[in-house]
Amino acid sequence: MESTEYRECLIELIYQLADDDFLLAYRGSEWLGLAPHIEEDVAFASISQDLMGHAALYYGLLEDLGEGQVDALTHDRSPRQFRNAILVELPNGTGTYLEDPSYDWAFTVVRNYFYTLAKKIRLESIKKASYEPLQQIAQKISIEMSYHMMHWEVWYKQLINSTPEARRRMEESVKTVLEELDGVFSYGRFGDRMVRLSLIEREEVLKQRWMTYLKKEDTKSPMKMKQGEGRNGVHTPHLAKALETLSEVYQSIPTAEW
Amino acid sequence: MILKEKIMEVLDSVKDPEIPVVSVVDLGMIHKVHFQGDQATIEVMPTFSGCPALEIIKRNIEQAVESIPEVKSLAVTFIRHPIWTTDLISENAKQELKKFGIAPPEDQVNGEWHVPCPYCGSVYTTMDNIFGPAACRSILYCKTCKNPFEAMKPVSI
Repeated sequence: MESTEYRECLIELIYQLADDDFLLAYRGSEWLGLAPHIEEDVAFASISQDLMGHAALYYGLLEDLGEGQVDALTHDRSPRQFRNAILVELPNGTGTYLEDPSYDWAFTVVRNYFYTLAKKIRLESIKKASYEPLQQIAQKISIEMSYHMMHWEVWYKQLINSTPEARRRMEESVKTVLEELDGVFSYGRFGDRMVRLSLIEREEVLKQRWMTYLKKEDTKSPMKMKQGEGRNGVHTPHLAKALETLSEVYQSIPTAEW
Repeated sequence: MILKEKIMEVLDSVKDPEIPVVSVVDLGMIHKVHFQGDQATIEVMPTFSGCPALEIIKRNIEQAVESIPEVKSLAVTFIRHPIWTTDLISENAKQELKKFGIAPPEDQVNGEWHVPCPYCGSVYTTMDNIFGPAACRSILYCKTCKNPFEAMKPVSI
């Protein structure tokens, strides 16, 4: 490893990548049994499982870098230590998985499509130049996620070109998602140094690629970071709640062997 | 027989827990077996990152190889590079998969997959769901023999 600064920035970037996939995998898993139809239930469950696998690859790398055991990284960090974007911690709708789930499919489709595209662009940048083991992980994930891109793109295009009500709900969701999308592209307070150390390209470059890929009319409202800067550990109360549920079993007997 | 050959032979008895007709060797998961003094190391390429069978496979490899008396110390590690692709699945495994009712990964023709039905061989099949009951499989339907079937999801770099 080149220097303390390099190591610090690298670890910060990996936490961002890991925590994003980890939280979105959890949000996806909450849809299990509730997706619009049985085929989607299978597909979404499979995608969420893949995302959890991607998070595990990153956490494994963090373990190699001396950050502690994977299980502790996922189940024993406080919300302030999480580096995920706000977008992926937001709930799927009102209610909970167990009680009165009134989940929003339009929001889910837009969130997953916009996030997956951002993830793809981010990993392509890392593949070009970065820390070698991270490049290898990026390559592995890119292969698997090409199926996710196809999936969310089909849903997005079909719904946005569907009935007037579908169009309205999709447009509303696009607005909601864009209000937090800046937080996905952000690298937080270490950003300038990450770029200088060639761990990843500039936020603006990646954002531009994202916008070029999508049609202009889909993204006419501005990208914002409305409810907090997740990359710097500033989160909504939704994250704490999600982590509490995620780590309930682990926290019941933290010393247990799995 | 040298130890490496013995290990490979034992590895051929370690099957995929979800597809018990193919071994980890047939699936192309074993990258390298090497030794340093008494220590044997087996480098394994993980298939799909989210596959819950990976840890079971690792444990099964350990148990199988540790049963060889000459193996004093063993490390089984999942490696990040090179990356596993479905091109590494052996011809033998493809035949076994077909018999088991899973269509092996097919090469793309003009950007499209043509997946023959593993039961009747018909190419008159439709993709019902790219995603299936496991990370590595898709769900298809044969319009000729009217059977649903699974196919290995092609993965290539």
